[in-house]
Amino acid sequence: MIWESVQSLFFNLDGAETVLFTLGRWVLSILAISIGVALTVAYTTYMERRIIGWIQVRQGCNRVGPFGLLQPIADGIKLFLKETIIPAKSSKFLFVVAPVLAMVPAFIAFAVIPFGETTLFGYWDEPRVMTIANVNIGVLYVMAISSLSVYGILLAGWASNSKYAFMGAIRSTCQMISYEISMGFAIVTVLMLAGSMNLAEIVHAQQGGFWNWYLIPLFPMFLVFLISGAAECSRCPFDLPEGESEIVAGFFVEYSGFWFATFSLAEYAAMILISLVTSILFLGGWYAPFPFLDALPIPGTVWLLGKAAFLIFVFIWFRATFPRYRYDQLMRLGWKVFLPWTLAWLAVIGLLIYTPGLEWVLENPISDWIAWR
Amino acid sequence: MQCVLKWLKRQINTWLLLELVRGLALTGKYLFKPKITIEYPEERTPLSPRFRGLHALRRYDDGEERCIACKLCEVVCPALAIQIDSEEREDGSRRTTRYDIDTTLCIFCGFCEEACPVDAIVETQIFEYATENRQDLYYTKDRLLATGDKYAKQISANLADKSQYN
Repeated sequence: MIWESVQSLFFNLDGAETVLFTLGRWVLSILAISIGVALTVAYTTYMERRIIGWIQVRQGCNRVGPFGLLQPIADGIKLFLKETIIPAKSSKFLFVVAPVLAMVPAFIAFAVIPFGETTLFGYWDEPRVMTIANVNIGVLYVMAISSLSVYGILLAGWASNSKYAFMGAIRSTCQMISYEISMGFAIVTVLMLAGSMNLAEIVHAQQGGFWNWYLIPLFPMFLVFLISGAAECSRCPFDLPEGESEIVAGFFVEYSGFWFATFSLAEYAAMILISLVTSILFLGGWYAPFPFLDALPIPGTVWLLGKAAFLIFVFIWFRATFPRYRYDQLMRLGWKVFLPWTLAWLAVIGLLIYTPGLEWVLENPISDWIAWR
Repeated sequence: MQCVLKWLKRQINTWLLLELVRGLALTGKYLFKPKITIEYPEERTPLSPRFRGLHALRRYDDGEERCIACKLCEVVCPALAIQIDSEEREDGSRRTTRYDIDTTLCIFCGFCEEACPVDAIVETQIFEYATENRQDLYYTKDRLLATGDKYAKQISANLADKSQYN
């Protein structure tokens, strides 16, 4: 009786899902993703400290809990309990709003990331894409939202009323705008091959082994995207916005405690987002490198998260290896190397698509797309 | 021809990011190297017998304290950390009534140990004597003797080792 009344809340008489069901599904998936992202950020900092430690022939943090696994939690508690100092001459409202403006885009960009496909243990007949919003302009959405975080940084630098924060904000804005262009063009080449802006469709187009991944036809674009991604979330060697040796901590010098934690949360969330998007666009998303591995009872999410984890490792590896770029070199790389290079590759891919007799290079989705045109 | 090859090599180096890959390979190699960190409370480095740590006053085997209050250590101490008062004891020998070392002043140069004609004041290998207040860093005669008694064996072994270099 109770079961039936509970059931009637979520399903109509004909078995269709009610609004409440959809709402509940959304709330659950939003909660799962935001908590998951926050936890991943915490353990990314742990991973970063351990790996950089190992590369520098030392141990990294291994004191708090087994293998130091409780370190990020201890750090989090410390940051939350610390006093928040708001500088006297700052613009107080903007000062408090800026970290939120930086963090929110970093989190809501995860809304369109497809984490895999599932039939929910056979509940649905057709596998559905595991995402909050399976929109057709997923790529555009990610690009648009991730560039919004620059407002938070700009406001933080401006509201702090400090020269270092101001310099850091200007550097950061300039860098993000410059690298977004080449990043966008790198994405356009993927769109040309996949013929869709839907992230799930892009993954579907790369089905069937690593030789179908866009990593291979678009290898230079993969490099450009990865490096621009590092610049976009201001990771080493492009961490000029917070370059310790010149401008102390860049745009968040004046922040402390909780608001500081918000900024680093946003930064690491952006790094995770870039890793996920790179693995979706170039590394076949939730498909295993070999088709026979897809037959195993391993959920595709594991493959996607594994690829993203590897890319995060690569970002950390970069940080442990490369010294920081000089600012003019950074601008030169963005405008004089990446931009012409992506434009040239755009032309090459365009020519490839329209060359008759090259259909073997181009897999089914593309020829479909050409036929559709 | 040479020139073209050189150009080609340079282009390959540039476009395949070979130099960056080489750098990554180097750091990647270090990722798997054994770590040189000594995890201090559990692991310790070996100490030299001549290590200059916390001070101690020694006794003879029969329990008689060695110090004869000659005040050579007090004189030689460059940091003026030692203070000695002495009186004649009932048996007519000169002994200290006060022997204080202020370790907040001490610079651990080891001159007191060098100056001592009877090997009474020594510096031990103890270095973990951090306290919660400054008063506890003021070592009186009783405390110095207690340290000497507690680590008598180690101290005499180290002295024996040191004697071969005198």
